[in-house]
Amino acid sequence: MTSTREMRPNTLIPLREIPIVTMSEFRTAVLTGVAAGTRVAALFGRPCEPDAVQLIAVLANGLTGTLSVAATIVSDAYPALTPECPQAHWFEREIAEQWGIRPEGHPWLKPIRFHRSYRPGHAVWSATDDEAPLPSVTNFFQVRGAEVHEVAVGPVHAGIIEPGHFRFQCHGEQVLHLEISLGYQHRGVERALVGGPGKRTIHYMETLAGDTSVGHATAYCQVLETLARCQVPARAHVLRGIALELERLANHTGDLGALAGDVGYLPTASYCGRIRGDFLNMTALICGSRFGRNLVRPGGVGFDVDGTRVEQLLRRLASAFADVASAVPLLWDSSSVQARFAETGGITPGICRELGLVGPVARACGIERDVRHEFPSGIFQFAHIPVATWHSGDVFARAYVRWLEIQRSIAFVGEQLSTLPDGASRTACEERTPDHLVVSFVEGWRGEICHVAGTDREGRLAFYKVIDPSFHNWIGLAMAVRNQQISDFPLCNKSFNLSYCGHDG
Amino acid sequence: MLNLLRARLHQGHQTVRFPDQLPVLPDRFRGRPELDASRCVPECQACIDACPTDALTHADQTLRLDLGRCLFCTDCLQACPTDVIRFTQDHRLATRTRDALDTTGEALRLAHALDEKTRRLFGRSLKLRQVSAGGCNGCEADVNVLNTVVFDLGRFGIQFVASPRHADGLLITGPVTENMRLALTKTYDAVPAPKIVIAVGACAISGGPFVDHQEVRNGADAVVPVDLYVPGCPPHPLTILDGLLRLLGRIPETYLPSSS
Repeated sequence: MTSTREMRPNTLIPLREIPIVTMSEFRTAVLTGVAAGTRVAALFGRPCEPDAVQLIAVLANGLTGTLSVAATIVSDAYPALTPECPQAHWFEREIAEQWGIRPEGHPWLKPIRFHRSYRPGHAVWSATDDEAPLPSVTNFFQVRGAEVHEVAVGPVHAGIIEPGHFRFQCHGEQVLHLEISLGYQHRGVERALVGGPGKRTIHYMETLAGDTSVGHATAYCQVLETLARCQVPARAHVLRGIALELERLANHTGDLGALAGDVGYLPTASYCGRIRGDFLNMTALICGSRFGRNLVRPGGVGFDVDGTRVEQLLRRLASAFADVASAVPLLWDSSSVQARFAETGGITPGICRELGLVGPVARACGIERDVRHEFPSGIFQFAHIPVATWHSGDVFARAYVRWLEIQRSIAFVGEQLSTLPDGASRTACEERTPDHLVVSFVEGWRGEICHVAGTDREGRLAFYKVIDPSFHNWIGLAMAVRNQQISDFPLCNKSFNLSYCGHDG
Repeated sequence: MLNLLRARLHQGHQTVRFPDQLPVLPDRFRGRPELDASRCVPECQACIDACPTDALTHADQTLRLDLGRCLFCTDCLQACPTDVIRFTQDHRLATRTRDALDTTGEALRLAHALDEKTRRLFGRSLKLRQVSAGGCNGCEADVNVLNTVVFDLGRFGIQFVASPRHADGLLITGPVTENMRLALTKTYDAVPAPKIVIAVGACAISGGPFVDHQEVRNGADAVVPVDLYVPGCPPHPLTILDGLLRLLGRIPETYLPSSS
C-alpha cells in the first residue's frame, strides 16, 4: 500500500481513500516528495476522535499537474518536518497554534496569529484556554553585539495599509535579520466556514483578502462545483478568467505605481495610480463592484455581459493598455529608478525553492511556477497565458515580471472578450457529495491560492483550509531584506505587496 | 527625457471635477437602496432569510434595512419575488449617527457638517491617520484612491499623515479585531483633542460579514466614539469623499451634483 493518494485539483476523492499512515511513513512521504521536487501546497490539522488531530499534507507536482495527499494521526506532539523541509515551517507553527500539537524540534516555534487553541485543553503556549494571547507578545530573535540595535515597526504603519509588526536587527543601516509578526487581522474566517456553506460563506471568500475577491471566490466556487459535480458553462469560465486577469491588471499596475512612488519617481507613480482605477472600473462595468464582488458565484457568474458591454470593455482595455504602455516603461529608462531597483532585495532560486515561494516572487527568480500553467482550471485549460519570468530575483525582477504579466493579461482579456462563447452563464450547484475531499487552485495576482475542503456525511463542510499566497511568501520578504539597507525595506516590501488579512484569515 | 514628456502629454489631465460635477458611475453600480414594502408578499421573509448580515428586518409591518450592515450584495434582490428592493445610482450614503443608517427606504439623513467651532479648526485643513483594524484591504484601497490624481484629496485640504500625533482624527476600516483593539485605542489616545473619528465600510460600522465573530468587536464605535459613518463594502471612493466633504461643510446637505 502506498502512503499517499494521488489526485488532481478540482476532482473528488472519498476521504476514506486517503491512507492514514504512521507518523514515520507520513514524514517520509512528505520529505521524499519534497526532495523529488514537489511542493507543500497545504499541511494542516483537523480534529478527529478521540481527542486527536489528523494531519493532512497536500503535495503539488507542477510538472505532472498532480497532487499527493497524505494523512496521519497525532495527539500532542510529533517530530517536526521543518528542520529537513524548511517550507513546512509556517504550516507547522499554524498547526501548533490551532490544535495544540507540538512539532518537536521546530527551530522557531511561535504563534503566527495569536489566538486561542481550537482544541480545548490542548495549547502549546498559553497555560489555560481562557488566556487570550496578545499579538506580538512573544520572544523575538535578537542579535547582540557592539552597535547592534533593534527597530520595531507597527502594527499601525505610516501609510494606508493593513497592520503587522516588523522587528529588525540592524548593524548601522544594515539589516541583519527581520522577523515578521502577524495576526492583527485575524477574523476567524476558517472557523466560521465549518458546517457551511451558509449565506455568509461566499462573502467570507470575497473578503478573505479584499483585493483578491475574484481569486478566492473562484477557488471556493471550484470547490463547490466539484462537490456538486456540476458542469459550469463555458461562458461563465471565460467571464471568470477575464475577471481574474482584470484583478491582476489592477493590482500589478497599482504595485508598479507604488514601487515608483517608493523611489520618488512621480510620473509613473501618478499615472499608474490612476490607470489601476481604470482596470477596477472595467470590473465594475461587468458587475457594479470595483473589486468584483458578487461576480463569481457557485455554478457560474452573477452578471453576464451583452454585446454593447463587451464593445465598451474592449475600448476601455485598448485605452488602458495605451496608458499603461506609456507609463510603465519610463521606469526601465530612468537610471535613478534602476539604481534603486537593481540588485535590491534579491533572493536566489535556491531560497525560493527551499521556502516554497509562489507567484510573481518565484517567477522573478526564474522559476516557472504558475497555477494557470501547472494546474489550469476553467478557461485556462484551453487558453494559455505564457508564464512570465525574469532571472535576477531582485526588486527589478519582481517589477519587471509584473510588467510582462500586464501585457500578457491584456492580450488574454482582449482575446477572450472577442471570442466569448454563447450560452448560459450560470447553472445550478446545489448538491454536495458527502465524505469527500477537494483541492482547488487559482493563480491569484499574488500567486497560488489553495483551498482544501472536506465534507461530512451530510455534505456540509467538515473542514475548510485556505492558503493565501502570502502565507508562503512573507518569509521571502524577511529573506530579501537580509544585508540590505533598512531604508530599502519599504521598497522591498512593496515589491512583494503581501496580504495581511489573507494570511491572518 | 523626450519619452517622459511624451508620456506626460499622453496621460493628460485626469482629475474629476467633483463636487461640482459627478463623474459617470457604472450603470450596475449599487448605491443607496430603495425599498418599496407595498409590493411585499404578505408573510414573505425571503430577503430577510437571504441577507448574509441580517441587515434586513421586519418590524411592525415595515421592512427595514440597516445600511451599516448592508454589503450592497445582490442576495436580497435575487431572493425577492416582487422586486421590493432596488439599488439606486445615488452614491451619497454617509451619516453622522449610527441610527440614521437604519432606514425604511426613505431618503437618508445625510451627514451634516461639524459644529462651527470644530469646522473652524478642521474645515480647511484636516489631517487623518488611517487605521486598518481587520479591514480586508478593499476599504483601504478605495480610501487610498482618494490620494490619486483622479480625486486629488489634497485640493480639499485633507491629507493622510503618518503619525497620530500629527493627526486631527482617525479614519478606521475593518471590524476591529480583538488583536487590533489595543493598537486602535492607543492610536486614538495619541491623537490630540479635539479629534474626530470616521468609520469607513460595513466592517467598521457593524462588523460587516464578521459580525458577532468572537475575534472581532463589531465595528469602531465599540471602542471609540464615531463622528461619521460611511457605509458600503467597500464604499465607492466618491461615497467616502462625499462624506468627508459633508463633514467639513463643503457640500450643502441635500446637494447632488449633476452628472458630467
